[in-house]
Amino acid sequence: MATTNRRRPARSAKSSEELLGFYRQMLLVRRFEERTAQAYTEAKIGGYCHLNLGEEATVVGLMAAIEERDYLFTNYRDHGYALIRGMDPGRVMAELYGRQDGVSKGWGGSMHLFDTDVRQLGGYGIVGGQLPLAAGAALAVSYRDGDEVVMCQMGDGTTNIGAFHETLNMASLWDLPIVFVVVNNQLGMGTTVEVSSAEPELYKRASAYRMESARVDGNDVIAVRDAAKLAVERARKEQKPYLLETVSGRLKGHSVVDPAAYRSKDEIEAVRAQDPVAGLHDRLVGDGVAKVDELAEIDAEIGRIVKAAVEFADKSPAPEVSSLFDYTYASPVPNDSRRLPGEALFPTEPGNQPADPLFPVGA
Amino acid sequence: MTLSIGKALNAALRDAMREDDTVLMFGEDVGALGGVFRVTDGLAAEFGDRCFDTPLAEAGIVGMAVGMAMNGFRPVVEMQFDAFAYPAFEQIASHVAKMRNRTRGAVNLPMVIRVPYAGGIGGVEHHSDSSEAYYAHTPGLKVVTPATVADAYSLLREAIADPDPVVFMEAKKLYWAKDEVSLPVTTAPFGTAEVRREGTDATLVAYGPAVPVALEAAAAAAEDGRSLEVVDLRTLVPFDDSAVAESVRKTGRCVVVAEATGFAGVSAEIAARVQERCFHSLWAPVLRVTGWDVPYPPPVLEKYHLPGVDRVLDTVDRLQWDDVPDPRFLVPEQAT
Ligand SMILES: Cc1ncc(C[n+]2csc(CCOP(=O)(O)OP(=O)(O)O)c2C)c(N)n1
Ligand SMILES: [Mg+2]
Repeated sequence: MATTNRRRPARSAKSSEELLGFYRQMLLVRRFEERTAQAYTEAKIGGYCHLNLGEEATVVGLMAAIEERDYLFTNYRDHGYALIRGMDPGRVMAELYGRQDGVSKGWGGSMHLFDTDVRQLGGYGIVGGQLPLAAGAALAVSYRDGDEVVMCQMGDGTTNIGAFHETLNMASLWDLPIVFVVVNNQLGMGTTVEVSSAEPELYKRASAYRMESARVDGNDVIAVRDAAKLAVERARKEQKPYLLETVSGRLKGHSVVDPAAYRSKDEIEAVRAQDPVAGLHDRLVGDGVAKVDELAEIDAEIGRIVKAAVEFADKSPAPEVSSLFDYTYASPVPNDSRRLPGEALFPTEPGNQPADPLFPVGA
Repeated sequence: MTLSIGKALNAALRDAMREDDTVLMFGEDVGALGGVFRVTDGLAAEFGDRCFDTPLAEAGIVGMAVGMAMNGFRPVVEMQFDAFAYPAFEQIASHVAKMRNRTRGAVNLPMVIRVPYAGGIGGVEHHSDSSEAYYAHTPGLKVVTPATVADAYSLLREAIADPDPVVFMEAKKLYWAKDEVSLPVTTAPFGTAEVRREGTDATLVAYGPAVPVALEAAAAAAEDGRSLEVVDLRTLVPFDDSAVAESVRKTGRCVVVAEATGFAGVSAEIAARVQERCFHSLWAPVLRVTGWDVPYPPPVLEKYHLPGVDRVLDTVDRLQWDDVPDPRFLVPEQAT
């Protein structure tokens, strides 16, 4: 078991360009999430909404380590993954808005971003819900002798639910090509890792399953990418599961509505001091890779992308009421069973009044 | 004083913990945070380690409560939301519900599983389920769902004092509903339905989040000269057959209003029991207004899913007021 937590040496022109690319992606996540929080407070987004603020380096580093053919499962804190994996920002925002043009026609919402085109097989709102599913996908790959890898992201708190044990055990037992990533932002809602986990060095839990594992600085995009790449390649070549723990912080509350009153000023300051986006910005400038105004130009460009995404979502219509019944079953089932013969489903909708004069509405 | 349902639940927990130090409260984020709906606010400060945060492990939480209840404690556990109780369902269905029966009474399980449930707050899938039927369908569990501030306090106190396991279902959208009450208050015991509004023309049977909807519908119907009685079940198990039957025998018509999906739901059980007991008093079939049989929809469609006043009134209109058979109650072949 290796603990990767290393600084990289000075880089070549190629790696400078790469770093700039990562910065651009991290900024996309940052600005998209900030705009999402704003849209939520404007009541354009309903339901529960969890942001990747503070996890940008982790998200981008992880996504750089998997290939197009690979599969991704995540928890509900999934916007950043979707954007970097290649979902269209407008369609992601429309999904958060619950609109027709969202990636799941508005029915999945913030927590369930799903797009088979980019092989992101879901965010999941039930803690631990994605784990056995991801292992199942890896088992399918294994049966087909495929060369794809499944990456399964989760939070630190998730390592305490039963599904974690069940899934890691089977994945190891059956040599599945899967990389479990524990995004340790040090909090599960308001509960710290120390309060909830008997072994707070979470990557060590893998040893119970004879699974390789490592811990890496989640605020360092290159370190995350390199560690994840190692894990992915191992899973691909050797058909062995891997557990990678990334350690970062949560810049805001658990969800948009959480003021995080359980955190002290000092804690929040400490997280802010580690801000991965600001950190990379300063590193790029300090290493002479880019000038401040060049980075500002990238920021402006990202701003335009996010603005366009919001405009797209704003214009997208709400799903049709009649679509309520459309996808519950693949074959016809009369699941509008409360309706009696000859009756409109929504009698109070304009134009839906029952024709029968014996039973006028609101008589 | 004026109190919300959320605050009344908090007061019930506090008073129970003050009176009996075998009462414990635990669950995810119930300590420092005070629970996502703040129902356990301040308990950790007052009672120290008698109110504590657990890891994210619902099956473990409920299972631990079983072990404590078998050993002299009265644990109250919080499931953060309806759908997050499903990982604990194995414990609830296989152990909580069956322990007393299996041991032929050697142990009681005096424990309470608090479940915030149902929708109406734009809470999306996993955060809006009406899961009461799963529990009500499982013999061995008591299932309680208050709709008033006084009941929130009194029924929770009774649940904690009860020798049996109680699934205590708290309608999320009612947490902020306020009323005048002076604590401590004792309302009617488990198994007693309450007539919340008297009427003569038809009975609306409701529980939990549907009670205010039924009351609003009854008020609207009164303006149209129709007198509706509203019965609040308060506890689904035990079920107050006689109060419901008494009301329906008086009015001769019955509509069940429930937020859960209709098929095989508690509403279906109520309709069946009413027709079994009141067949000769009924002027029309017992009808139901429920959520549609679909997974809980996203916020923009929520209002179409939830039974609202309009859908209740529309259904009441169908209760054969002119004593003419409604063709829609016939099977399609007969109707044509
Ligand atoms: C089974 C289940 N229990 C509880 C919850 C409520 N809940 C949502 S997120 C969360 C904390 C999870 O923390 P962690 O795994 O660290 O992920 P993070 O939110 O930090 O990304 C909790 C308790 C849930 N969604 N599912
Ligand atoms: Mg976390």
